[in-house]
Amino acid sequence: MLQIYCPYCQELREETEFSYSGEAHIARPLEPQQLTDAQWADYLFFRTNPRGIHHEMWYHASGCRRYFNATRNTQTYEIYETYPLGQQPALTCDIGGKR
Amino acid sequence: MERYSGFSLFKHAFSHHENWQKAWHSPAPKPSYDVVIVGGGGHGLATAYYLAKQHGITRVAVLEKGYLGGGNTGRNTTIVRSNYLWDEAARLYDHSLSLWQGLSQELNYNVMFSQRGVLNVGHNLQDMRDIERRVNANRLNGIDAEVLDTKAVKELVPIINDSPNIRYPVHGASWQASGGVARHDAVAWGYARAANSLGVDLIQQCEVTGIRRQAGAVVGVETNLGFIAAAKVACVVAGSSGVMAAHADIRLPLESYPLQALVSEPIKPVLDTVVMSNAVHAYVSQSDKGDLVIGAGIDTYNGYGQRGSFQIIEHTVSAICELFPVFSRVRMNRSWGGVVDISPDACPIISKTMIKGLYFNCGWGTGGFKATPGSGHVFAHTIAKDQAHPIAAPFNLDRFNTGHLIDEHGAAAVAH
Ligand SMILES: Cc1cc2nc3c(=O)[nH]c(=O)nc-3n(C[C@H](O)[C@H](O)[C@H](O)COP(=O)(O)OP(=O)(O)OC[C@H]3O[C@@H](n4cnc5c(N)ncnc54)[C@H](O)[C@@H]3O)c2cc1C
Ligand SMILES: [Zn+2]
Repeated sequence: MLQIYCPYCQELREETEFSYSGEAHIARPLEPQQLTDAQWADYLFFRTNPRGIHHEMWYHASGCRRYFNATRNTQTYEIYETYPLGQQPALTCDIGGKR
Repeated sequence: MERYSGFSLFKHAFSHHENWQKAWHSPAPKPSYDVVIVGGGGHGLATAYYLAKQHGITRVAVLEKGYLGGGNTGRNTTIVRSNYLWDEAARLYDHSLSLWQGLSQELNYNVMFSQRGVLNVGHNLQDMRDIERRVNANRLNGIDAEVLDTKAVKELVPIINDSPNIRYPVHGASWQASGGVARHDAVAWGYARAANSLGVDLIQQCEVTGIRRQAGAVVGVETNLGFIAAAKVACVVAGSSGVMAAHADIRLPLESYPLQALVSEPIKPVLDTVVMSNAVHAYVSQSDKGDLVIGAGIDTYNGYGQRGSFQIIEHTVSAICELFPVFSRVRMNRSWGGVVDISPDACPIISKTMIKGLYFNCGWGTGGFKATPGSGHVFAHTIAKDQAHPIAAPFNLDRFNTGHLIDEHGAAAVAH
């Protein structure tokens, strides 16, 4: 079970307190009607799915009930950092493909 | 290749079964092939077999980074059925089911396909409405399907808890009598042996680390055993599909998640069919050896660890114990995980790509074992003709752009 540090509660808590919300830093298109079908599909369906470093959103469901981001290794499951929404990760790497 | 038969079994008894021929050869890779298949799971091996058998293409290599069938093929709970909701999916899985029926004879290898029936249990009114809708759709597609009430379920599975007072009471089920289970390893080994006897090279411990392209077309693959040239490269790597796609600088609408299963100590025969419950994420059957084979849900977050979170199996086991109180004191022997590639519509991708000569067969997620023969069959056609087999056509990669998704998620008894 993962131990996740909530950046708002500033506490290390068990995974079952949180729910996962998928890849982070996917901006909602500002002008959806301007997108091609392929761009829209990429926004909706295509994901980086790397084996390695992944930026992802978590929700502290049984805690403060706020969303935050985490940088996690999808192979070793090590969590390198958690940070509030709207911030950029300190650790980046494109092992698993490009955005 | 020596044929397996009652007679050969008898003959080899005289030499104490010590002189059986190896089931396949393990050659060094040749410098070039017509088709390289990446991934030696059931789907990759079946693809190789049908390329050789149906299309006469035998300059084929299957490259496997570990051992044959060591991926999800050898890790799954082996449920086979075809009662999918949508026409496209029903056609694909039913095509597969019809191939399963003659598979042991076709491969001269006992895949232990056992049509013991599959129940998909419903626990509330909405479940039962979905089941009725799906069964009706199945019947229109010529698939044997029935709606059973609680009493009929209890008759089929006397050990099931039919009390109306449990957290998830059994309101009924869909029943596909032609569904069942097969021996997963045997499927990989049977296709491997049959493909090898038709001239396909099976190369284990060979990891593909790059896909070399020239002017928008594939020219071969980089591996730990060096470069191997090929005009066509077909990737059938399940949970590793995203990593493979990145080697070719393309993106796929997939995310990889660990999915777990567990088996108990062997017990006397108590369950002669397959019971699945989507609502509580529990799937159970009993193997011929006597162990209960139990499938759980996927982890909530993506990952490539071939294990899984403990609370997931805890959840499944508590559901199993409620449905089958008689199992509550059975000890579990082993649990393990496999990495499954989940697509947005819970349907596979069997497709050409924008790179000439590069094909992908992936996105089978939690439920591709049942499709092994059909998937290999239609994918071989797609590769040989460079044009989708009619059954495979709806499962192209472009459906995510056109919006023509085949939404099996939620609508059907979708997992496994
Ligand atoms: C626990 C569990 C239970 C399941 N239960 C069911 C079920 O009851 N019914 C059902 O229908 N389906 C089930 N499934 C799903 C099913 O197992 C898969 O959909 C199916 O086996 C996929 O087969 P495959 O040949 O595509 O993949 P795999 O068998 O995973 O084969 C892919 C192969 O590619 C190899 N590979 C990866 N990367 C590389 C590389 N770079 N170079 C070379 N080789 C590489 C891997 O080592 C692997 O052997 C289950 C899966 C799991 C994990
Ligand atoms: Zn919190």
